[in-house]
Amino acid sequence: MNIAFYIAAAISIFSTVMVITRFNIMHALLYLIVSLLSVAVIFYLYGAPFMAALEVIIYAGAIMVLIIFFVMMLNLGPETTRNEKQWLKPGMWMLPALLCLILLIELAYLIAQNKAPATGITPVAPKEVGRSLFGPYILAVELSAMLLMAGIVGAYHLGRQKKKILHRFFESNAS
Amino acid sequence: MSTGQYWLVIGGVLFVILNTAAGLIWLERRALALWQDRYGPNRAGPFGLFIVLADTIKLFFKEDWIPPFADKIVFVFAPAVVVASVLMSFTIIPFAPNVMVADLNIGLLFFLAMSSMGVYSIVLGGWASNNKYALLGAMRGASQMISYEVFMGLSLMGVVVLSGTFNLREIVEAQRGGWYILPQLIGFFIFLVAGIAETHRLPFDIPEAESELVAGFHSEYSGMKFGMFFIGEYMGITLISSMVVTLYFGGWLGPAFLPPVIWFVLKTFVFIMLFILLRASMPRPRYDQLMEYGWKILFPLSLLNLMVTAAIKLLL
Amino acid sequence: MFSLLRSMWLVFLHMFHKRETYQYPEHKAPIPARWRGRIALTRDPDGGERCVGCYLCAAACPVDCISLQATEAEDGRRYPLFFRINFSRCIFCGFCEEACPTYAIQLLPDFEMAEYNRQNLVYEKEDLLINSQGKYPGYNYYRVAGMSIQGKDKGEAEHEEPPVDIKSLLP
Repeated sequence: MNIAFYIAAAISIFSTVMVITRFNIMHALLYLIVSLLSVAVIFYLYGAPFMAALEVIIYAGAIMVLIIFFVMMLNLGPETTRNEKQWLKPGMWMLPALLCLILLIELAYLIAQNKAPATGITPVAPKEVGRSLFGPYILAVELSAMLLMAGIVGAYHLGRQKKKILHRFFESNAS
Repeated sequence: MSTGQYWLVIGGVLFVILNTAAGLIWLERRALALWQDRYGPNRAGPFGLFIVLADTIKLFFKEDWIPPFADKIVFVFAPAVVVASVLMSFTIIPFAPNVMVADLNIGLLFFLAMSSMGVYSIVLGGWASNNKYALLGAMRGASQMISYEVFMGLSLMGVVVLSGTFNLREIVEAQRGGWYILPQLIGFFIFLVAGIAETHRLPFDIPEAESELVAGFHSEYSGMKFGMFFIGEYMGITLISSMVVTLYFGGWLGPAFLPPVIWFVLKTFVFIMLFILLRASMPRPRYDQLMEYGWKILFPLSLLNLMVTAAIKLLL
Repeated sequence: MFSLLRSMWLVFLHMFHKRETYQYPEHKAPIPARWRGRIALTRDPDGGERCVGCYLCAAACPVDCISLQATEAEDGRRYPLFFRINFSRCIFCGFCEEACPTYAIQLLPDFEMAEYNRQNLVYEKEDLLINSQGKYPGYNYYRVAGMSIQGKDKGEAEHEEPPVDIKSLLP
């Protein structure tokens, strides 16, 4: 269990670093997928199989595919990679990296402070997830449902095509 | 199950699946020929069975060419994804009461996750080839598989509602009283259509569409890399057939005069033949027709199916 | 929806139909008599070569696969010194057969001429000449043509009147 966790954690850290440092955006996205998958493995190891499956299905399987889909259509060649190399100078990433480092140190300090041993792993079955979603957290579910509804209505509005009344021949003459 | 038996099961499943995929090449060509009034391969060996061997040898010895304009790493990586994801899905299929690789309690979700991973092989293969036909095929494949995945998952939820579990072994056990094909006829139909689209088989082989896109996403592939896509497709057929059998046709259940594994294989075989028959008889729909069919008919239908199933389950 | 099921059923029923395939090497498909296959040079009923080396076939050939050199025998008959057809180029269009004034060059219903070596597809005259009259039995060019050869002077051909004596004033 522990070994599996450390392997998955190492892979996820390594791939996340690779996501940041790759100049080719497609390779960066591939590493991001690997990172998501390794996080899913960690979820599975620590008793949340449902969460792990959703991580793979939704993040790695749907959202990343859509992102790759759009990147694919942008037709980014070696030229953009060169641009990226030019833009990504040390001066650009020094400050954010420094801030992140401070946060990391803080986090490490907080974790070190908390000496209480982690409680045993309790696997959460899909059924329990459903129960709690539609029990105590029903409000959150309803709120996200409303948000999604708004999204769908907006997408429909944007995607709707105006019905053509005039033939295209008359269109150019009318204006 | 002891560790030895466990490894035996893994090895056996791997052996059977890979050989079935290879054998399907022969079977499909013979069956297609049968339905087109031809003989098909009948020269090499008895009934032309050695064509599988000849094909494999040919694929291995063909020049394995990587186009100079391709993205080499991704190009090599893409065919491995399809085979890996399909093989991973086979781990959760219960072939017989005790013959399954992993008895996951999120089995069904695992299957959906792995089938959504399969999209990457098409997308990455098409993108890395750096070829406009391949890219078009990849784009079609990605949009087709994402949209069909949505209601593939939803159609399965009817079964989950009825059996109350994601575990495939328990789903099969729950069908002792009666197969789910009867209460879930619509779900079965939607799952079958989505499964065909998911394996991008004819009539939904729009990412390949050899009459419009050369060979679609694997235009630039040759040798064993193409072979991986090829084998992946046939394993996909086997996977969808065995999933249909597990979820709707009672898996290994059957009269006792045959062992459970035989029942499972027989039922799966029927659906594999159905896949081939579909290929022999259906024309390929246009790309926008496919999407419209998916989103405007099958998606509402699967939601309705789920709703009605849940309501009936609640009332009874 | 019903039509889909119906077409599937109909295709399924084809399982019980007769196969259309000819199992080729064992069972050969019937070839029509005018099938345009291997090109051959035919002979007279007397056994002489029909070809008179007029180059019309070489001129008609759209892919320029025929090459020949005409020469004349002692008896006055023209014949090709060499006659070469490159079958790796030939498209079996049959234009040479149409162009030939003496029915010498003919396309036969034979297509089994595959070779492992490309050079073997270049047929020389001895490969092309067959001991047969081909599609026009009984036809002998020199017997119907007005050309004089040894043993047949002008006016001695079939349906030919004796030559007009142009130096005489009589009609």
